[in-house]
Amino acid sequence: MEIRPEAIRSILATDCGSTTTKAILIEKRGDHFRLVVRGEAPTTVEAPFEDVTRGVLNAVREVEELAGRRILEGDRIISPQQGDQGVDLYVTTSSAGGGLQMMVSGLVLQMTGESAQRAALGAGAIVMDVIALNDGRRPHEKIRRLRQLRPDMILLSGGTDGGDTKRVVEMAEILAAADPKARLGAGYELPVIYAGNKDAAAMVRNTLGDRTALSVVPNLRPALERENLGPARDAIHELFMEHVMAHAPGYKKLMAMSPVPIMPTPGAVGIIIEKVARRDRLSVVGVDIGGATTDVFSVFQDVFNRTVSANLGMSYSVSNVMAEAGIENILRWVPFDVDELELRNRIKNKMIRPTTIPQSLEDLVIEQAISREALRLAFDQHKMLATSLKGVQTERTISDIMAQSQSGATLVNLMDLGLLVGSGGVLSHAPRRVQAAAMMIDAFLPEGLTQLAVDSIFMAPQLGVLSTVHEQAAAEVFERDCLIRLGAVLAPLGHGKPGQPCLTVEIASDGPPVNRKVGFGELVLLPLPAEGEARITAAPERGFDLGLGKGKPLEARIPGGVVGLIVDTRGRRPFTLPSTAKERIAALRAWNRALDMYPREV
Amino acid sequence: MAHAYTPGLRVSEHAVLRRERRLPLKGQVLVQSGEHVAAETVVARTELPGNVQTVNIAAKLAIDPAKVPGSLVRPIGSAVEAGELIASGRTLFGLIQQKATAPTRGTLESVSGITGQLILREPPIPVEVNAFVEGRVLEVLPDEGVVIETEGTFIQGIFGVGGETQGVIAVVNESPGDELRVEHLSEAHRGKIVVGGSRVSHATLMRAKSLGVAAVVVAGFDDQDLRELLGKDLGVAITGSEDLGITLILTEGFGPIPMADRTWRLLKTREGDPASVSGATQIRAGVMRPEIIVPSRGRERAREAPTVHAGLEVGSLLRVIRQPHFGRIGTVVELPPELNELESGSKARVMVVEFVDDRSRAVVPRANVELIEA
Repeated sequence: MEIRPEAIRSILATDCGSTTTKAILIEKRGDHFRLVVRGEAPTTVEAPFEDVTRGVLNAVREVEELAGRRILEGDRIISPQQGDQGVDLYVTTSSAGGGLQMMVSGLVLQMTGESAQRAALGAGAIVMDVIALNDGRRPHEKIRRLRQLRPDMILLSGGTDGGDTKRVVEMAEILAAADPKARLGAGYELPVIYAGNKDAAAMVRNTLGDRTALSVVPNLRPALERENLGPARDAIHELFMEHVMAHAPGYKKLMAMSPVPIMPTPGAVGIIIEKVARRDRLSVVGVDIGGATTDVFSVFQDVFNRTVSANLGMSYSVSNVMAEAGIENILRWVPFDVDELELRNRIKNKMIRPTTIPQSLEDLVIEQAISREALRLAFDQHKMLATSLKGVQTERTISDIMAQSQSGATLVNLMDLGLLVGSGGVLSHAPRRVQAAAMMIDAFLPEGLTQLAVDSIFMAPQLGVLSTVHEQAAAEVFERDCLIRLGAVLAPLGHGKPGQPCLTVEIASDGPPVNRKVGFGELVLLPLPAEGEARITAAPERGFDLGLGKGKPLEARIPGGVVGLIVDTRGRRPFTLPSTAKERIAALRAWNRALDMYPREV
Repeated sequence: MAHAYTPGLRVSEHAVLRRERRLPLKGQVLVQSGEHVAAETVVARTELPGNVQTVNIAAKLAIDPAKVPGSLVRPIGSAVEAGELIASGRTLFGLIQQKATAPTRGTLESVSGITGQLILREPPIPVEVNAFVEGRVLEVLPDEGVVIETEGTFIQGIFGVGGETQGVIAVVNESPGDELRVEHLSEAHRGKIVVGGSRVSHATLMRAKSLGVAAVVVAGFDDQDLRELLGKDLGVAITGSEDLGITLILTEGFGPIPMADRTWRLLKTREGDPASVSGATQIRAGVMRPEIIVPSRGRERAREAPTVHAGLEVGSLLRVIRQPHFGRIGTVVELPPELNELESGSKARVMVVEFVDDRSRAVVPRANVELIEA
């Protein structure tokens, strides 16, 4: 069905998550699109329902009640809109049933293996494992792993075009010997995408063609210095619909309800992040911290990357945050003494009863301490994968050598980061917005001037898929109803003694002018208008750098925000907290007071 | 959403339970529909395909990969012993004969003329599935397994480690608030399912293991002790496959906490009866909790009416599952419909609870309680 954006007056969009299905209703009011209401219902992929559309219809019924408007006729969405009934467009994303789970393979782990991983992650998949010739496992171990995991799909890559074919075929033979089965239902062939050396395609087809649903697409690494992830990503989306979704309970019905292909949830979020980065010409990092997983998206140097940390989250995975970060790293953010034994038990009790919420202020502070570490670890993992291509011969200049830059260096440059967007319960529902800003600053340690925002009710997936067919509606709702601008953080590089002059900041906006000198080792909150723009002039002292060089002043116009401008002179590279518990607690309390973080001192 | 509370775990004096016992791969079902089976009865058997090994014949014989298929001395599909000749070829103008032998016993599965690799599959690995609980074969799943139906006392724990086991129930503490200590254990507990009160320490658990206790059921355990038991911090709550030599089931959670009265009383009444337990826990979509099943073995018992999940209402008995009232038991006295601001500053739907022990009252978020089913 052809979609004519100019004819659309109302849009219903859903996201079928693994636990909750969320529906939003968007309407055109005058010349602009706005969010009207949002409804939700439990997802119904699992027994006893085993039909995703039940949850979708329940969520839509909540939207009907809240909006006082009829959208459904029985189990059918009325479309196009007739009078004040029905909607002109319905779109949806899905991560229900564990999302899209893939295995990828390449010849060399750090080269085609990583490129394949980036392609799969970028398309919205969870990468269960990366198999490569040099991954340290013997062939039979690889085969056993392939059998155990039962992925939804496999992406096979390897070799540059015109290069060696033998080793690529060897990987295909391993795959054939494993004869892996698809996760959903034994009755259909496992989808395999081949995106490797084009000269080996015919041999791969001979090896795998009769035992898998094989698609051959252009090489995702046609040359060492070039990645071409688009065709593999498109193939993943296509096969996700054709094979995986078509076998998930109720999805055939769901596919028939929408004229737009169902998109994996994180893939849709990636689309919207990429569009924001392009539109505002900014480097952007987006993070979505959930109960079980944390997704990080970034666009640096026009390159989009996404990673998913499958076991970092605030409920199901909270215990794994402790296991990976270490309890001392969680405790360093807590401004009071906590018994370690007691904290361990609390964290485990949250894991076994994941739906509980903090009631006391102390409990909230501990939860926010854990989230800092979950976000930090997820971002560390992201930085390791969001890199320039490894294995590329580069001509290095003296300045590259001085900066130790090399092939395979991370693309994430915190000094270039222009906008940091957070979403997920612990950030979006923090009782005070400044708490969300502080969690993101402590976890990501942005440098220079960085805008901060949160996604109010996590609409990014629905808006991502909508943007593929109606860019204007998606952009308007994203800016007006989805994104809550918190303000910005200004953090110079450099170190000094506590209180030593560090920075002078001036803010000019519609409000009263601000001129403030800030010493080293402080967090200071300066007012910004909640809406509109402000002009910021920041003059660092000698030895401190805001991105233009030591002592060089910075001038910028930034959007306002509900929190304000946080000046963070606590130092970077490295950022450290006082080493003794007494000093650390005193510092944390002073910073909390400065930002008016909590209703009372904790 | 309408239901913001956590539905309680099932603790039932008499339940009809069905357990699917399925092979990991298709195989042979050894019992028939309607047959009575003991917990240990093997109900299905199969053979997992053996591991495969790749043998680089081209390298071993120093020949072109394309010539490898022709170099095999045994056809594909043949069974071979370790050390048996599988391929040979001549190199250096036919002067030197090279040989390749099987590195292990197995079957020649396939050979590639492109890579020169031979795939050798090791002998299959037998796998058996037992009934886990005493009961009746309700249904045979052809080639895959069976569904066992049993009747009896059924208690779900909140967290467990260690796999499936069976044994006779022995309650060793006086009251549900008592800690299970080393002095409560003796040789008499070998092979038994030992039930304690509020807590067990790692040291006591190790003593139970050395005595050959099959499983320990208590209310609480410290995470520090769990770390010692597993040798690492447990990250993701997927358990059941660890090889600990003992199964541990927690009925309430982490930290010292009295066992719920009803659970305690039920276990006490089934003392001396054989039970099946599993520590397997998965806290993800498709939650799996550890379980204790004590078949009724023909005892005359009134069937319980199926539990009706009425939801939270004034008078509901519940347990608070988060600080600051963690572990306390009370009844709902008020359910205000509007959102209330908590001390943390968040807004949430709450209830007023009157605690059973001292009749004091407190406001608690609805998300932080668990119904105790009567």
